[in-house]
Amino acid sequence: MAEYQTPTTEKDLETSFEQIKPYMNATMAYYESSRCLFCYDAPCVKACPTGIDIPLFIRQIHTGNLEGAARTIYDSNYFGNICGKVCPTEVLCEGACVYNLQDVKPIEIGRLQSYAAADMIRQGRKLYEPGPTNGYHIAIIGAGPASISCACELRLLGYEVDIFEAKSHPSGLAIYGCAPYKVTNEDVLEEINYLQEQFQFRVHYKQPVKTKEQIAALERDYAAILLGVGLGPTQALNLEGEGLAGCIGATEFIEQVKLMPLALEVGRRVIVIGGGNTAMDAASESARLGAEAVTVAYRRSKEEMRAYAFEYGLARSAGVMGLFNAAPLAILGEEKVRGVRFIKTQNEGGKLKHIPGSEFEMACDMVILATGQAKQSAFLNLIDSLEKDGRGCIKVNPQSFQTSRPKYFAAGDAVNGGAEVVNAAAEGKMAARGIDKYVSSSK
Amino acid sequence: MPNLTANLAGILSPNPFWLASAPPTNSGYQVMKAFETGWGGAVWKTLGIPVVNTSSRYGAINYRSSRMVGFNNIELITDRPLADNLREIEEVKKYFPDHAVVASLMVESRKEWHQIVKDVENAGADGVELNFGCPHGMCERGMGSAVGQEPAVLQTITGWVKEVATVPVIVKLTPNITDITEPAVAAAKGGADAISLINTIQSLMGVDLDRFVPYPTVDGKSTNGGYCGPAVKPIALNMVKNCAQHQGVNIPISGIGGIENWRDAVEHMLLGANNVQVCTAVMHYGFGIIREMLAGLEEYMNEKGFGQLPDFIGKAVSNVTTWENLNLKYKVIAAINADTCIGCQLCYTACEDGAHQAIALPGNGQGRVPAIIEENCVGCNLCSLVCPVENCITMVRKDDGSTHESWKDYMDSGKAPTEFNDKRAGGHGHWIPEPKAGLGG
Ligand SMILES: Cc1cc2nc3c(=O)[nH]c(=O)nc-3n(C[C@H](O)[C@H](O)[C@H](O)COP(=O)(O)OP(=O)(O)OC[C@H]3O[C@@H](n4cnc5c(N)ncnc54)[C@H](O)[C@@H]3O)c2cc1C
Ligand SMILES: Cc1cc2nc3c(=O)[nH]c(=O)nc-3n(C[C@H](O)[C@H](O)[C@H](O)COP(=O)(O)O)c2cc1C
Ligand code: SF4
Ligand code: SF4
Ligand code: SF4
Repeated sequence: MAEYQTPTTEKDLETSFEQIKPYMNATMAYYESSRCLFCYDAPCVKACPTGIDIPLFIRQIHTGNLEGAARTIYDSNYFGNICGKVCPTEVLCEGACVYNLQDVKPIEIGRLQSYAAADMIRQGRKLYEPGPTNGYHIAIIGAGPASISCACELRLLGYEVDIFEAKSHPSGLAIYGCAPYKVTNEDVLEEINYLQEQFQFRVHYKQPVKTKEQIAALERDYAAILLGVGLGPTQALNLEGEGLAGCIGATEFIEQVKLMPLALEVGRRVIVIGGGNTAMDAASESARLGAEAVTVAYRRSKEEMRAYAFEYGLARSAGVMGLFNAAPLAILGEEKVRGVRFIKTQNEGGKLKHIPGSEFEMACDMVILATGQAKQSAFLNLIDSLEKDGRGCIKVNPQSFQTSRPKYFAAGDAVNGGAEVVNAAAEGKMAARGIDKYVSSSK
Repeated sequence: MPNLTANLAGILSPNPFWLASAPPTNSGYQVMKAFETGWGGAVWKTLGIPVVNTSSRYGAINYRSSRMVGFNNIELITDRPLADNLREIEEVKKYFPDHAVVASLMVESRKEWHQIVKDVENAGADGVELNFGCPHGMCERGMGSAVGQEPAVLQTITGWVKEVATVPVIVKLTPNITDITEPAVAAAKGGADAISLINTIQSLMGVDLDRFVPYPTVDGKSTNGGYCGPAVKPIALNMVKNCAQHQGVNIPISGIGGIENWRDAVEHMLLGANNVQVCTAVMHYGFGIIREMLAGLEEYMNEKGFGQLPDFIGKAVSNVTTWENLNLKYKVIAAINADTCIGCQLCYTACEDGAHQAIALPGNGQGRVPAIIEENCVGCNLCSLVCPVENCITMVRKDDGSTHESWKDYMDSGKAPTEFNDKRAGGHGHWIPEPKAGLGG
């Protein structure tokens, strides 16, 4: 029997996707906050991409000033609750907490953060209102974390903001990507709604920007444009059999898990190809949806995986098996996937070599390719002479997030090539400041 | 196996741990249970003309994750009829003849004192304790701390009791007074056989920020109460020591105040207490804490080779002296153990903002372990106290131990500063940044 049964009701889903960082109650928050040492020049703050004053908000929680705590959080990061739940805190703030050096459990910063932020959201207590309008209009393409963070900051500065989003929900991969056992869709949408009620930016859903004409119109009507388009669909591997039924990209699979988990039919035996965090998420989610055997197959060694150790651990705890030093050669099957042919590999002086004659086949009825997301090249090519870096990401000034085209700014995955929600939030906010500087100086 | 038998002015008990006069000694039921659990004695909840109490009655201070580090009450003496209490005392003594049962008393007139002392002696009490300490309610009626704060009155009433008492008389002192030795001396003069201290300290526990009334709140109003619990131990220890050192207080002491475990008890005893009394800790955790107290005390005595309590009672008293006798040539400075340091930099900010700017931060890229600036360290201890890692900052002796010079010696030899800008001052020439350097950090 697998760890998890196939969920058939909403209630089952709650079990399958039980939150790994559930909300604290007041007593837990009181005790946990009491442990914070209030470090000088605290290393946890330095490790937070948005630089939240962590010891301050923890102290505020401890003294019963939840509104103050939430303000401290939101002043630095508009995704206060979402980040508290989905940030890889083990390698960020909590990983930097001084308690680690004492072999004592670090402060549960993420959960404390969510505790304070969620309390405000639940109460609908408003902390901000838009700044006095300055008459300028800014267009934002995409409604992911980078864009929404930018929009909030721009509204604070008095700009009118229009966001054009291809899909029908806000927050991009926060809702279409982040694992359901880290954050629920309700939590995500409630926080975005909470932000929108305060900042009143406009989001135009199902409005993909796809043509040069649209771009030209935006250029004409807006003082500046933010590109917050993130990354594209899963990158093709060009393997034989990739088009078979039962072979799907991880991003596309996860989007289905997030939007229609009960309707989704997950295979009985699933092979996930890749070694990053998305591979771990896809594997975990397959297992939690009742797949009997889930294998993550990576062409290099376990140590070389890009996935964080705790993400692999999480997948293992859901019953996922690891297969290392196995490179896929072909996906087998006639109409439907029936297996994968691998070849064993070894690392020869940094170069990955196939071991001749070591081919083997592994049966499965579903293959998930978690081999990275493609860049948004088609979209980016709509904007003339927009400079990109070697990876195909948009080139920006690291302070202002201005692109090679002065009127265009960019932030988030489209710039950093795929990081975390918190990076997108930090960059979006900085881009807003960059836009403000640009617009006010070109008055 | 050390002998734990305690003797307070002739009142014997199988161990030095007594329950103080308070709610845990309200009834025979509780005292029986306590003795069975291991307590050596009990001072019965103060007897007198029964009172009427308020609800609520208690307040507490929680510190970070610890509850009740300080506790306060506005409760009065017993609200149960005297006859019931006497009957129960008699019954307890029948079951536990070797345990100490002391009756705490509080009445007004000489006649009442005479009567109640006889009553409790008839019931079998091994001693009486005169409650001259209660700092709330009863003092408004001319009893409790109203007596404890007037040495002459205290002496007179002690005399009245001694006129009739055949068992040892303990006088319980209030700390709500400038010099605790004054009532202690008066008690001795009045003929008391022992003193016990401290009773609770007048206090307000905090204020309800929404209703603008302190805790505990009784129908929208509050009143000052008596403060006790772990937070008051340092105050109690100092007062116990003051009495132990005073020539005029030549009677045994029962130590009370902030005792929760065997260590607290040993501290009281090292500073001169013959036995100890406990209230708040039992109200918090129940009678069961006695098991830890007994085991800890035994272990300590074994380890130190003490066969009986008198081997260590008062052992620290002679090591408490006046400031003017401390060695000014003794010099320690802080040392950080870089291997155990976790880089919180609390020592840095404490010394920088709260002491002597004697700790430096590491340069960029040099990690987070701070360094002591030895020339500036005055050896105040602050950093070692704030450091969250046990024994990470230690105070290392720097003088060679060859000279001993105290303030008294300084005065005698003319080395003491006498003028406002005297060059002989300790901080003269000490490096301190210019005031303006404090800006824009
Ligand atoms: C499977 C998966 C799991 C993840 N898990 C975590 C996690 O646990 N924790 C974490 O912190 N991060 C996680 N991330 C990363 C995180 O979600 C992203 O870094 C973050 O969402 C990036 O934000 P963004 O605003 O740059 O882009 P996106 O979130 O990708 O948002 C871009 C938005 O732009 C829209 N868009 C794109 N092109 C157009 C167009 N032409 N016109 C209009 N709209 C357009 C898209 O529809 C989308 O809504 C995960 C990512 C994936 C893929
Ligand atoms: C190290 C130290 C030195 C102090 N020196 C003085 C002093 O010079 N003058 C003074 O009026 N009070 C002095 N105090 C008392 C404090 O001003 C204050 O009244 C006391 O510490 C109680 O407040 P707290 O609980 O906030 O510490 C000193 C306190 C400390 C801890
Ligand atoms: S490092 Fe840890 S203990 Fe120090 S301030 Fe941050 S959360 Fe608190
Ligand atoms: S002992 Fe006092 S002066 Fe010396 S480093 Fe520590 S805090 Fe500073
Ligand atoms: S207080 Fe202790 S642990 Fe913290 S930096 Fe100083 S020496 Fe290190």
